[in-house]
Amino acid sequence: MSNIMNSLYNMRLLDDLARKETSIHRIHPLMKLLTTVTYLIVVVSFGKYEIGRLLPFLFYPVLIFAFAELPLAPILKRVLLVEPLIIGIGILNPIFDHQVIVFGGITLSRGWVTFFSIFLKCGLTVTAALLLIATTGMDKLAAALRALKTPRLLVLQLLLTYRYISVLSEEVATILRAYSLRAPGQKGIHRSVWGSLAGQLILRTFDRAQRVYSAMCLRGFNGEYHTGTGGRLRVWDFLYLTGWILFFAAARIYDLPALIGSLIIRVVK
Amino acid sequence: MSHHKLEVKDLHYAYPDGHKAVNGMTFRIRHGESVGIVGANGAGKSTLLMLLMGVLFPSQGEVCVGDIHVTKKTLPLIRQRMGMVFQNPDDQLFMTTVYDDVAFGPRNYKLEEKEVENRVIQALELVGILHLKERAPFKLSGGEKRAAAIAAVLSMLPDILIMDEPSAALDPKSRRRLMSLLKTFEHTKIITSHDMDLVFELCERTIVIKDGAIIADGPTSEILMNTELMNECGLELPLALQNCPVCGIKKSRG
Repeated sequence: MSNIMNSLYNMRLLDDLARKETSIHRIHPLMKLLTTVTYLIVVVSFGKYEIGRLLPFLFYPVLIFAFAELPLAPILKRVLLVEPLIIGIGILNPIFDHQVIVFGGITLSRGWVTFFSIFLKCGLTVTAALLLIATTGMDKLAAALRALKTPRLLVLQLLLTYRYISVLSEEVATILRAYSLRAPGQKGIHRSVWGSLAGQLILRTFDRAQRVYSAMCLRGFNGEYHTGTGGRLRVWDFLYLTGWILFFAAARIYDLPALIGSLIIRVVK
Repeated sequence: MSHHKLEVKDLHYAYPDGHKAVNGMTFRIRHGESVGIVGANGAGKSTLLMLLMGVLFPSQGEVCVGDIHVTKKTLPLIRQRMGMVFQNPDDQLFMTTVYDDVAFGPRNYKLEEKEVENRVIQALELVGILHLKERAPFKLSGGEKRAAAIAAVLSMLPDILIMDEPSAALDPKSRRRLMSLLKTFEHTKIITSHDMDLVFELCERTIVIKDGAIIADGPTSEILMNTELMNECGLELPLALQNCPVCGIKKSRG
């Protein structure tokens, strides 16, 4: 029971983190969004055997974690939540792809390499997306999406879904608390009441969502979600975007780990 | 000041299941009046508020704010003039910070961000929670949430303030603070409540509702002291007017 309440409280962690005042948080949301989108495109553009070339892309989350002063564990925990899905998708690769490749003197099945590649790409992209939310906040992110002329309905859908998650979870927590108080010693919920609890949950959340919507309408909401201007663009914001794009481009065009490796070998020799 | 008056003429409303929640109400509220609407559970108070705000539309009769009829077309104008504070502040506060929540209304009316900021600061100062502006609404206490919900409405500079059970779920100190705050407002106030003492202190006029109809409408000092009327409508005299629970000594009424 307390786990559910804790998760509910933790769910708002990203919103809390987004309110920090660090150099990364102060960067214009639009620039952070564009940087993240570029990062995602470049990371997924690598072939399925190019694991080594993905390594320089660890640099981006590491720097953001450090400069935005974000806690590592709670964000990585959220990344791990997605990983089972990726394992489900990639786990068949080692079974179907039996060919072997030699990697640094070690013989590996190509299936395992592709599986690891998917796992790594997922980890990097999900981390980047979470870092974007944790350094920007959903509201400012929506403003940035609107600035990029993303359709109003789509942005609204995104924002309301994000809000609705907490409405739904609060109702779940209330129902479960009421259930557990009258069902001592039970682990979980007995299957005989699954149906009525799910029905209750749907009706309650509809009701609650309707009240929230009424409250929004009473304060002039007409389909456009205004979140402020998001501040003015400064030179530093452009430098941030340009800097990262140059780095991503360099890491995409050149095999940086191989270049650094050969450089070290040359120096050692 | 005719544009601040609120007029309800022969209002009827039935829910889709056929339940008649409002059954021929007529009243008029003048500028600056403070009116309490009281009645037992299910009397039709909340439905009446929804009809006043244009969340529901009457099956018969009309609501006029100033000279404007409440219709779908006039809703934006009406809602700028009338602000409603919900019974449960959690339904009203949905942005990530108190500031953004209070700014939600003014931003919807496309005001300049500087003007939005002025209004937000002013509203938060008025309710005494300026120091909480960067906090997440869900982390506030009950009293603070209520204050934030009131600020969210005040930032729209409404002429008429409608409040549904404002003292519900507040501890005694927060309730007292809220009452002192509401006393300072010069807005036209419409307050529905089961807290008879709050109505007694804040409203000079009281409308009593029973089964969707107005049973009594008059000065609070007369209505709330009418034991027979209160009993008939499933209500009680304000505690301040009841006999001492320890020694039974009668309070002086007048």
